[in-house]
Amino acid sequence: MEQHLRADHPVIAAGRHRTRLGKWLAPYGLISPGGLWLLVFFVVPMFTMLMLSLETPVATTGFVNAGYRFTWHVAQFGDALSQYHTEFVRSLLYGTFVTVVSLVVGYPAAYWIAFRGGDRKTIYLFLLLLPFFVSFVIRSLAWQFLLSDNGIVLGTLERIHLLPFGFRIIGTAWAVMAGITYNSLPFMVLPLYVSLEKIDVSVVEAAQDLYSNGREVFTKVIFPLSVPGIFAGFLLTFVPAVGDYVNATILGGPTTTMIGNIIQFQFLQAQDYPMASALSFILMSVLLVGIIAYARILGTRQIEEYV
Amino acid sequence: MSLDRLAVAEMNVGDVEAEDTRPPVRTPARRWFDLGLGVYVKVLILYLLVPIAIMVLYSFNSNPAAATATAPKVSFRWQGLTVAWWRQWNGVPDLTTALWNSLVIAVVSSIVATVCGTLIALALVRYRFRGAGSLEIVMFLNIAAPEIVLGASLLSFLVVLNVARGLVTIFIAHVMFNIAFVAVTVRARLAGYSRAIEEAAQDLYADPLQAFLRVTLPMIWPGILGGFLLAFALSIDDFVTTNFVAGATITFPLWVYGAVKVGIPPQVFVMGTAIFTLGVVIALVNVLGVFRRRRLSAA
Repeated sequence: MEQHLRADHPVIAAGRHRTRLGKWLAPYGLISPGGLWLLVFFVVPMFTMLMLSLETPVATTGFVNAGYRFTWHVAQFGDALSQYHTEFVRSLLYGTFVTVVSLVVGYPAAYWIAFRGGDRKTIYLFLLLLPFFVSFVIRSLAWQFLLSDNGIVLGTLERIHLLPFGFRIIGTAWAVMAGITYNSLPFMVLPLYVSLEKIDVSVVEAAQDLYSNGREVFTKVIFPLSVPGIFAGFLLTFVPAVGDYVNATILGGPTTTMIGNIIQFQFLQAQDYPMASALSFILMSVLLVGIIAYARILGTRQIEEYV
Repeated sequence: MSLDRLAVAEMNVGDVEAEDTRPPVRTPARRWFDLGLGVYVKVLILYLLVPIAIMVLYSFNSNPAAATATAPKVSFRWQGLTVAWWRQWNGVPDLTTALWNSLVIAVVSSIVATVCGTLIALALVRYRFRGAGSLEIVMFLNIAAPEIVLGASLLSFLVVLNVARGLVTIFIAHVMFNIAFVAVTVRARLAGYSRAIEEAAQDLYADPLQAFLRVTLPMIWPGILGGFLLAFALSIDDFVTTNFVAGATITFPLWVYGAVKVGIPPQVFVMGTAIFTLGVVIALVNVLGVFRRRRLSAA
């Protein structure tokens, strides 16, 4: 703040030919291109989506879609929930499973790299991030090929009689969750690593002197200090996992349809825009409530602090 | 903490400090635990590399049956090494068009998003103004909202306005989801930056534009570059949002997704491998650049 005060000093300010008005306007000038873009193409569409979800079809003649009319059709939300609650619950279950597995699998790795990585930390981290450089559809495709019924993994295991004949992974919930977990892992490890790496070694040493027990040092010092990383990891894995439909399409089957598949189908194939909008709106509300609840549970900090 | 640090960490892995770690007191049990964990990390890394290895390997898999076909399909049985697919990398015209679409959109949208995001970051770091809080909330929601909702809401907007979907709407969508990412990346870099240097330049009779171009811009350039690379990576790989607003236009991820049901031509793996290699090279150059700068500043 010191610099701002100095800039306001009358002598300096006069020498710089800047008017007060200009100074007041400057930040608005800077944010206007990006701010307007977000306003027009992100904030306003949220409202048009809400509006669209309250519309009903104008009488359709045969297969020709005659468009929709705004009618305050709030019942749309009830219909959406009663028709697709299975997919909602399934998506939330998959998302929870994926987040928990990513946390359990990723935490020890982030811990080891942060505290024992030595001067190779950067290399390990770089290797963990390599999947980011491969197109996400291609990654799912590679898993489809690896896990396919007669593929290298299952085919070999069946041949050596480690698995019963006809054992399948593709098409099951496990395949979908495994695919999403694979995509989520780097997004979980990275924020965990950042928060663990920030911990001052002397704090850990002080704890070792005071508690002397490795488990207590972890539960009372290291783990609490890594909570912001867990929150960021949750945000970056749970939200995309619940909304995912690419893995469900490529690795799943008819019993693994997720809410994303339904939204995509309703919007792009069925063109039932009110239903699709209502579903997206419910999905976003559920996730926002989840995020805020999670932030409250984890700490008293305001959610904006995490941005 | 969190998303800004994260976004920066993602593109600038080399920035992470690699010092400290005085070895703490270790009991033998503790040493075995560390050793085991070290092996675990390496196994985890191997697991993460499996799909990458598949992609690279199968871009070199020969398939005599498909060599003469008009629409070749990759063979998932290993039939020997070949560079044939690399030579005919553009053998599937639709796929080549899709790749060009992806590249053009990625370049143009990341440039626009980088300019918009950098200006927002500058405003947020330098000024306190009414509306800054709302802007931050909008950016948080933009980053936190599931991609499918971003795509769906933008599509609903386009439907209401009756706008035709195509290259332009994909470009609009990509700028929309990248601005906030660039802004938090650049802001993280600006956090330690002092206004005093720029003021010194102005006291030495540089006009505001000169002061910005010659003093501020070079200082924050690494952050801007990091933001641009992140935006480029997010854009070229985007499937979900693009799928909603693309209309009949096809990008690389959309083409691959569409081909999953009918069979993948080996060219997909060739292009995937090329994009992967390019990304890794750029990231390495970035990392090495950071190391060199650090050595220079240490000297």
